[in-house]
Amino acid sequence: MPDVAQDVMAIIQKKVRVDRDQIAMEDKLTDLGLESLDALELVFDVEEKFNIEIPVNANDANIGGFQTVADVVHAVEKLVTKKA
Amino acid sequence: MHRVVVTGLGAITPLGHDVASYWDGLKRGADGIRPVELIAPERLNQKVLGEVKGFDPLKHFGERELPILDRVSQFAVVAAKQAIAQSGLSFEGELSERTAAIIGTGVGGQTTIDDSFKRLYEEQQPRVYPLTIPKLMANAPASQVSMHCGLRGPSFGVVSACASATHAIGLSYQLVRSGAAQCAVAGGAEASISFGAIKGWEAMRVMAPDKCRPFSKDRKGMIIGEGAALVVLETEEEARKRGADILAEVAGFGMSADAKDITAPDAGGMARAIVAALADAKVDRGGVQYINAHGTGTTANDRTETAALKASFGDHAGKLAISSTKSMIGHALGAAGALEMVATVMSLRDGVVAPTINYLGQDPECDLDYVPNEARDLSIDVALSNSFAFGGLNAVLVLRRYQG
Repeated sequence: MPDVAQDVMAIIQKKVRVDRDQIAMEDKLTDLGLESLDALELVFDVEEKFNIEIPVNANDANIGGFQTVADVVHAVEKLVTKKA
Repeated sequence: MHRVVVTGLGAITPLGHDVASYWDGLKRGADGIRPVELIAPERLNQKVLGEVKGFDPLKHFGERELPILDRVSQFAVVAAKQAIAQSGLSFEGELSERTAAIIGTGVGGQTTIDDSFKRLYEEQQPRVYPLTIPKLMANAPASQVSMHCGLRGPSFGVVSACASATHAIGLSYQLVRSGAAQCAVAGGAEASISFGAIKGWEAMRVMAPDKCRPFSKDRKGMIIGEGAALVVLETEEEARKRGADILAEVAGFGMSADAKDITAPDAGGMARAIVAALADAKVDRGGVQYINAHGTGTTANDRTETAALKASFGDHAGKLAISSTKSMIGHALGAAGALEMVATVMSLRDGVVAPTINYLGQDPECDLDYVPNEARDLSIDVALSNSFAFGGLNAVLVLRRYQG
């Protein structure tokens, strides 16, 4: 599902708070300057884009267990597959 | 400067509709977090909340009065009448003009907003109830209490999210202390369990799915509650003159703002409010025995509040009994500070502190004494009631056991 990865990365790219042309799958969200409110907005944007629900509790360490860009992409891919 | 004392308490809570049942529930460690009934659960992810169950407005209000009273105002008026009845005061003549009614709320008439706009947006109805606006406004609880109880002194609503009630009581304390008012009916009310508001809370992802476990390891967040608590404050000399039963003294009040983040708490801001409150009360930190914590149950609040207590109290922090009554009733937002002050006054009076229930064990970042799971006998001279709001607005009350 390369298109899912691309879309998710485009959404994350818009939230990035550090000077970076291109983000990579292995980038850590915290290294990209995403703070907790950014992460909540990111989850919302992804849910809206794919019409899915990502079960996330902001009280968990690394919001929803998402440490890297790849973690978000894989979670979305799973949920999109499940929906299809 | 007058000394300010508490002579009346009133409360509508998930553990009961008066102070006696509320305090009894707190001492037993009763859990008021239960399955949602006020809104249809199908489209909710959150299945449990701290609702006030079985509240029948017709027991308290006439049918002609009710259409103008949002649930938040109903709670406020009933709690105010309880507090005034306990105080033994009657507000006629000059005292009425010298009595303040200052009441906090997080959002005001939330269910009126939801219901009215659902008619327009979803049901395509052409109009809403004509008194929708005065019913939903955030000062409605203050205005309704002033009207229902005949209080004609300074009156307004106070809005600082989770600290609203503590700010309202603190300001009232300052008015009575300075002589700007002789008496005040103060506190907070919240009834914002509506479909729209709870979806908003779900979107913030801060609520625990099952239980509220403040300061505990494996805590999963806060849980929204509702209710109201009102207190009667008056000058010590007037209370003594009329032979009133003095329940506690309000000894100090401190406020601060973090000026940092709209949701993330800040230990520095919290500590400044605590230190300011202690200085206002002229109480040495070693003289404090109990803290009714803000203790929401989120990872961020509880570790930050613990850090703030350590910063304010130094070594004495380890000797404090600290508990979160939110573990039992949830977070009633704009009413929370008043519900917690009532619990604190009862602790001072009875020599018992309420527990923090659902406590599973120590979180390394929360390593103080949180009175886990069972109430404790403890003779208290001085206690604090902490409230720290979204938006970084902090308010702390110092309460003292009354000794004439």
